[in-house]
Amino acid sequence: MHPELEFGIALAAEGVLTGLMYSLIALGFVLIYKSTDAINFAQGHFVMIAAIVVAGALDWWGVPLFIAILIGLAFMIAFGIGLERFVLRPMIGRPIVAIIMATIGLSFFLLGFGPLVFGPAPTTINLPIPDSPIFWGPLYLKPIGLVGAGVSIAFLLGFGWFFIKSRAGVAMRAVADSHQVSMAMGINVERFFAVAWVTAGVVALLGGLLWGNMIGVDTQLALIGLKVFPVVILGGLDSIPGVVVGGIIVGVVEALTSGFVDPVVGGGMKDFAPYVLMILMLMIRPFGIFGRRQIERI
Amino acid sequence: MFHRECGFYKTSYEADQAILAFPIARHAVIGLTLLFLVVVPLFASDYYLSNLSLVGITVVGALGLNILLGYTGQISIGHAAFMSVGAYTAANFAVKLGLPFYITLPLGGCMAALIGILVGIPSLRVKGLYLAIATLAAQFIIEWVINHTPAISGGVAAAIEVERPVLFGWNLNSSLELYYFVIFFAVLAIVATTNLVRSRLGRALIAIRDQDIAAQIIGIGVFRYKLYAFAISSFFAGVTGVLYTYYLGIATYEQFTIITSIDFLAMCIIGGLGSITGSVLGAFFITLLPMVIRIVMESVGPYFMDPADLPTIIGQLRLMFFGGLIMLFLVMEPEGLNRLWLNIRNYFRVWPFSY
Repeated sequence: MHPELEFGIALAAEGVLTGLMYSLIALGFVLIYKSTDAINFAQGHFVMIAAIVVAGALDWWGVPLFIAILIGLAFMIAFGIGLERFVLRPMIGRPIVAIIMATIGLSFFLLGFGPLVFGPAPTTINLPIPDSPIFWGPLYLKPIGLVGAGVSIAFLLGFGWFFIKSRAGVAMRAVADSHQVSMAMGINVERFFAVAWVTAGVVALLGGLLWGNMIGVDTQLALIGLKVFPVVILGGLDSIPGVVVGGIIVGVVEALTSGFVDPVVGGGMKDFAPYVLMILMLMIRPFGIFGRRQIERI
Repeated sequence: MFHRECGFYKTSYEADQAILAFPIARHAVIGLTLLFLVVVPLFASDYYLSNLSLVGITVVGALGLNILLGYTGQISIGHAAFMSVGAYTAANFAVKLGLPFYITLPLGGCMAALIGILVGIPSLRVKGLYLAIATLAAQFIIEWVINHTPAISGGVAAAIEVERPVLFGWNLNSSLELYYFVIFFAVLAIVATTNLVRSRLGRALIAIRDQDIAAQIIGIGVFRYKLYAFAISSFFAGVTGVLYTYYLGIATYEQFTIITSIDFLAMCIIGGLGSITGSVLGAFFITLLPMVIRIVMESVGPYFMDPADLPTIIGQLRLMFFGGLIMLFLVMEPEGLNRLWLNIRNYFRVWPFSY
């Protein structure tokens, strides 16, 4: 095979795995949008704070990994409930810009809070996954990437089923559609809001474990949240299959750009190539590949 | 004494349309002008003067963003990028062609306005979240382009040093001179915005904010006016960038990252959306907040922590306060500091007969 092509395929395979791990982060965003109609600009910071809590538990108390994850889980659940109760619930019915700004404020809060409480020194979370890469033909796969992709797919399938088939999932979609009508139908809107934010927190914990293992735990981890936007815009804001497709596109585009374009232009292109793609998408089809077209009425 | 409106009748259209309709407002404005032009420079040390100059610069940017966010209802998370466009344009013209500031400043503003129009084009099709993300993308792309084009950024460090402004052969070098330089533009921006929002254009923008489809139905060219809003807003941002450049003596992209964009968004929200007083209050609040946190922490911090940790802890506290205040204001007082000020004013307006 042509060496350039071989290199391209290897990069693309790596990109697919990374992309699926982006999907996992973006899933939290889509979950919240699908069930509460709110936009979470702080998804990356959820991932960061979850990873910081787990790493902090490992470092300070020296607890086994399993217990540390449980502590992280408890923290994220409490955090999700508190957040919904004190920030998002008072803001129901306010313009979307206000909710965007509130979550931006939240992201800053977390950026200061995490290092202040759990120490600023960067650490890592060591998951019991081997480091040595697997060579398979021209491909070069990291085990952590494979595990991450597997976890992502499992969760995406699980939530896909949840929203289509389960009673709670249908109720959550109803809540997103109209708060008032759902209340009239006897759905406990506030409880489902809390459920949505807690779920997003738990998904962020998973993302935090995987990414914290890959790139280390510090405030830089929050930058992963910036990948969420191209993923969800490409795939469609309220679509779970869209998250998978968007994630893979973003991962592959990033990998190929870093391999082929960056050496030419002098680096840094990798980080915003998905954004260029996203802008094109916004011009052509703003609601994404699988998204629902919104009709506006006065 | 307190002036009460019940003794003041407007008998002409001029009186009705006046910006400062009541004598007390005129007195207050004269008082504030005296305070900032005469009293503060007489008594403030260089440290406070330079902080106030920074406030003056941010007032311009906050007003610009408020025209877009508060009056037109279009969000922009890429405002710092427009500032950097203005900054680098002015710096290049000043250094390469040796143009004086009164030419480079409008040039920087116009260049930023041009880029702002380009970024605003998607606002025809997208709004709310989508526009937020599109402008976020613009922030990254503009930052990258400036960083990777040596012709713009002036080499590896992506920073251009600029001479301090020269006016009629007079070098503005001391903090006092720079303070007056900045205050002049801040006042100009306040007056311009006040008049803008009273005009036909301003009213059209407000109509678009309240209901864009309805605005279109009553005959406002929504797309055109949205682009106007982007142009004006980015012009202000560009001027802010130029002012930063002349004030700091250097144009560097580090001054204009995403964090700065969000600082300005926070000013508009904490100050009050769609309010000129609010923008000014917000600019004061956000610019002076780090100073206050530092002073407080430096005086009480050493009692319960290691002084060596203090700088990092101050940085983290700043972020926490910052984010916490944005959330607090959005939840408790969506109209911001301006509403608090209006509440106080309205209480005393009819005091002591407020029933």
